[in-house]
Amino acid sequence: MANTKNNILEEVTQSEYKYGFFTDIEMDTAPKGLNEDIIRFISAKKKEPEFMLNFRLKAFERWKKMTEPDWAHLNIPPIDYQEIIYYAAPKKKPKLDSLDDVDPELLETFDKLGISLDEQKRLTGVAVDAVFDSVSVKTTFQDTLKKHGIIFCSFSEAVQNHPDLVKKYMGSVVPAGDNYFAALNSAVFTDGSFCFIPAGVRCPVELSTYFRINSAGTGQFERTLIVAEEGAYVSYLEGCTAPQRDENQLHAAVVEIVALKDAEVKYSTVQNWYPGDKNGKGGVYNFVTKRGMCKGSHSKISWTQVETGSAITWKYPSCVLLGDNSIGEFYSVAVTNNRQQADTGSKMTHIGKNTKSTIISKGISAGFSNNSYRGLVKISKMAENSRNFSQCDSLLLGDKCGAHTFPYIDTQNSSSIVEHEATTSKISDDQLFYCLQRGIDTEKAIGLIVNGYAKEVLKQLPMEFAVEAQKLLAISLEGSVG
Amino acid sequence: MLTIKNLHVEIEGKEIIRGLDLEVKAGEVHAIMGPNGTGKSTLAAVIAGREGYDVTEGEIIYNNKELLEMETEERALNGIFLGFQYPVEIPGVSMNNFMRTALNEQRKYRGLDPIPASEFLTQMEEARKLVEIQDKLTNRSVNEGFSGGEKKRNEIFQMAMIKPTLAILDETDSGLDIDALKVVARGVNALKSKDNATIVITHYQRLLEYIIPDFVHVLFDGKIVRSGGRELALELEEKGYEWLKQEA
Repeated sequence: MANTKNNILEEVTQSEYKYGFFTDIEMDTAPKGLNEDIIRFISAKKKEPEFMLNFRLKAFERWKKMTEPDWAHLNIPPIDYQEIIYYAAPKKKPKLDSLDDVDPELLETFDKLGISLDEQKRLTGVAVDAVFDSVSVKTTFQDTLKKHGIIFCSFSEAVQNHPDLVKKYMGSVVPAGDNYFAALNSAVFTDGSFCFIPAGVRCPVELSTYFRINSAGTGQFERTLIVAEEGAYVSYLEGCTAPQRDENQLHAAVVEIVALKDAEVKYSTVQNWYPGDKNGKGGVYNFVTKRGMCKGSHSKISWTQVETGSAITWKYPSCVLLGDNSIGEFYSVAVTNNRQQADTGSKMTHIGKNTKSTIISKGISAGFSNNSYRGLVKISKMAENSRNFSQCDSLLLGDKCGAHTFPYIDTQNSSSIVEHEATTSKISDDQLFYCLQRGIDTEKAIGLIVNGYAKEVLKQLPMEFAVEAQKLLAISLEGSVG
Repeated sequence: MLTIKNLHVEIEGKEIIRGLDLEVKAGEVHAIMGPNGTGKSTLAAVIAGREGYDVTEGEIIYNNKELLEMETEERALNGIFLGFQYPVEIPGVSMNNFMRTALNEQRKYRGLDPIPASEFLTQMEEARKLVEIQDKLTNRSVNEGFSGGEKKRNEIFQMAMIKPTLAILDETDSGLDIDALKVVARGVNALKSKDNATIVITHYQRLLEYIIPDFVHVLFDGKIVRSGGRELALELEEKGYEWLKQEA
């Protein structure tokens, strides 16, 4: 650990977005724009069964009647949905059973990102699904998983091989018409991960999906569905990067989690989409709907997110606590620097009795950025003796950035207890001077202080990710003081 | 080691130090005494390189270098250590992590590899023993929830880890009971060598019973108004500072 910590600090000195490269690879793309034909094109490309096409078309009908949400504390430039390419796939069709069939360019890309798809080289204990633009490239550790009856594959494969499961659960947590971006995703989603843990199985490895936007002018619309049957357990990780481009790229994903009785799902994200340059040019619009349903009693869903990338983030990983005694958790660190904007938080809907939720949100704003926490704790009439604890802290670096907190509490049950705490602080000159006096320079000192501030959330992350996240926090804030 | 010539320092336009001279050689312990508000802590802050102080005149030479030209962290890396009067809390950053980061910065500056874990643990253990602080304290966040005495011991603990060339202890004795005072003094004495020097800032002579100074200076109204040996401290104890006012 001594070495890792030190490496983290060493890396602070690299200030560029280091995932900004572009892989030149022959792509099979759909024409620009969005209409019914494009949706049929995507569905045909993926050789989807009828029910999927219908799901898409229905969602598209809904979407056309909807308008973009404007309630977030964000300044979103108008998006021309007809200027976006909705399907892009590497031409060489990857077969998913052997690494030899994957285009070497692609393997190299993921290697550069520190994601080795070669099982021999990977740390044991993590199975990876790599998604490049619109398609899944390779899912590792299939054999190990199969032994336990675990299904972990690309969403497209799941549609082909497990249509009943997909049909049963897709849209059951985030309905196609849930919101503008979820509807758009439902209409045009291209790939993503599917994960099914059968009853009583504790998934022996961490499951991980790595998303990469590569092509220019392409939107990424992935869909992830995780189902944990009775008594099952899984820890799932998600990471993402994109090349550095001057134009903005749209990423509108949907993640659905279903936890049946006694099941537990831990979902961790380290989001590092390209944030745009210093002046706010370029960067990814990250408009994501993530929701988990604690369907059975004593089930538990836990979201942990470290958000450092994206030009604009609009994202509220939420839990619907339907089963009695179910638990929902949300741990978040959101960093904004330069001209980044983030409006993020969580929604905890308590329906079952004795349900519990925890929200720990740590916002860090620097530069000219704006960082908002938005959360809703809703306790329904039936949710007797339910409890929520929310803590929202903001840390400001400099005096040109903004931190905002919008907590909403709606309680319809007098036996419930809801607690909300909020603080706003700055890195003090005293703290900086103390570090400097011990020979620690400003950049490292900020990295140290910020990581300390976010510790409560970072410790929720699986080890491999925690290290990555610590580095990211330090790097994201470079040049933000002095 | 340290030569201060005709130093003038202002804070927000107000002159706090008005023509101060001081010479500190390796192997020496200097005590700077004086009533509150005479510029003692300002002097410590200026040597350490804290922002917000304007040096309007004079110079400070430290080991043949223009100290005032050096960045704050550069001064630290060149062996200047400040024991803080009010050590600041850094939530979530463990003392272990903080200390390892600081030591590795020192090592990097000297072209050394990061400290091996076992060596680090041994050093921590020794330093802890020296100031009698418990294991669990170094697992806690920097100064968070430390008592006043623990914070001061923690400063000497860090001094023992960093092994500075010039240590400035700013009112390290304030708020300490007699036992803690002895522990702190013992730490400082143990770290003393012919190659390093210590400046002890205090306004009581109490600490000087345990840390024996080679020189005592009285700072008054931004100037050193009298210098002497240890006996000067005893004289001050007896007569107070009033009688020196005329000399200012």
